[in-house]
Amino acid sequence: MAMHQVHNRVRVRAIMPPGHVRVPAYLRGKTGVIERALGAFSNPEQLAYGLPADKTPLYRVRFTMQDIWGEQAESPIDTIDAEIFAHWLEELSDAP
Amino acid sequence: MPHDHHDLSPSGHPYRTDNDGPLTYWQQMEIALRELLIEKGILTAAEVSAQIDLMDSRSPANGAAVVARAWTDPDFKARLLDNAGDAAREMGFDIGVLHLIAVENTDMVHNLIVCTLCSCYPRNLLGLPPDWYKTRAYRSRAVREPRAVLAEFGITLPETVQLRVHDSTADMRYIVLPARPAGTEGLDEAALAQLVTRDSMIGTGLPRALE
Amino acid sequence: MGGDAAGPVPMEGHDFALWEKRVDALMALCSAKGHFTVDGLRRALEDMGEDAFENHSYYERWVAAINQNLIEAGLYTLEELGTRMQVVAARGRTYGDASGA
Repeated sequence: MAMHQVHNRVRVRAIMPPGHVRVPAYLRGKTGVIERALGAFSNPEQLAYGLPADKTPLYRVRFTMQDIWGEQAESPIDTIDAEIFAHWLEELSDAP
Repeated sequence: MPHDHHDLSPSGHPYRTDNDGPLTYWQQMEIALRELLIEKGILTAAEVSAQIDLMDSRSPANGAAVVARAWTDPDFKARLLDNAGDAAREMGFDIGVLHLIAVENTDMVHNLIVCTLCSCYPRNLLGLPPDWYKTRAYRSRAVREPRAVLAEFGITLPETVQLRVHDSTADMRYIVLPARPAGTEGLDEAALAQLVTRDSMIGTGLPRALE
Repeated sequence: MGGDAAGPVPMEGHDFALWEKRVDALMALCSAKGHFTVDGLRRALEDMGEDAFENHSYYERWVAAINQNLIEAGLYTLEELGTRMQVVAARGRTYGDASGA
């Protein structure tokens, strides 16, 4: 599982499994920037079903309103920060 | 001021009418499962009472004390912004295992807290959340049109101020450190704490202005 | 729910009733004792679907979700619950009468 660095660009995975997931639907497939690493926390997708839970890296990811809502954004300079577990994040290469 | 409640119980919520209505199905369930848990030795009636007392002791006044300390003590403010949970514990507040992040309002930035997935709230510091925080309307719109939501709370944000919305999606909880109101240089910590409202720590309000 | 269209934020609030505070306390105690987690609560809440959100109050949904998790954890059986709810209902017509406290 890749470790992400602050300021790296990441994309939230767009998969839509049924069940308890702490990734809001409105952020799936959206691109943001790692704001900070929070350390490792028990995976809620296991906790929710009473299973032993793996410690999983958690990140705060910052999205611009433009990233999420496009031209519908209320104000393009505004941002949304959300906490996303590592297995929901894909690192984007800055290379062309 | 839409949210300048003046008729609140010590919990920070409006008073409610006496609970002498007909017993509901869900109340039956609460009584039944509580009694079963007590009979089976999983918990005690005293533990339930103590837990209620503990939650009742948590209120926006606790957060207001933290904010006022940060306004008057730059070293404390630095610790608060570094690890708000530890800073609150340093002041003696029993907040359990709460992982708390403080986000600072400035001339250029305004912060707003929401939990779109459920109703995560820094309850171990501020007590139980207000009902509106848990509504479909707030949870839906705070990430889509937060400026329009703020306007309903009486805040019109200048276009040049960046609005940062914080969606409490996992293990962190958030508290806004509001900007210290102008003209309060002469006030001590206790007087400053009186200016800090619950909503100002969620981002849907501002501290009270001086009279 | 995040991002959906919705009407004005309803500003009315209420202070919490004793039975609501007890539901809150039961959640805190059962999770602190390791019988289930807040994620188990959320999973059960989400599984109730959209109708439950519209038709039941916050702590009504919570007590249902707590019960779901306690049943799954095997702390009591549905038969025990049903029997006790019947006993509770027979005690009186108000919460105060039925809770005996």
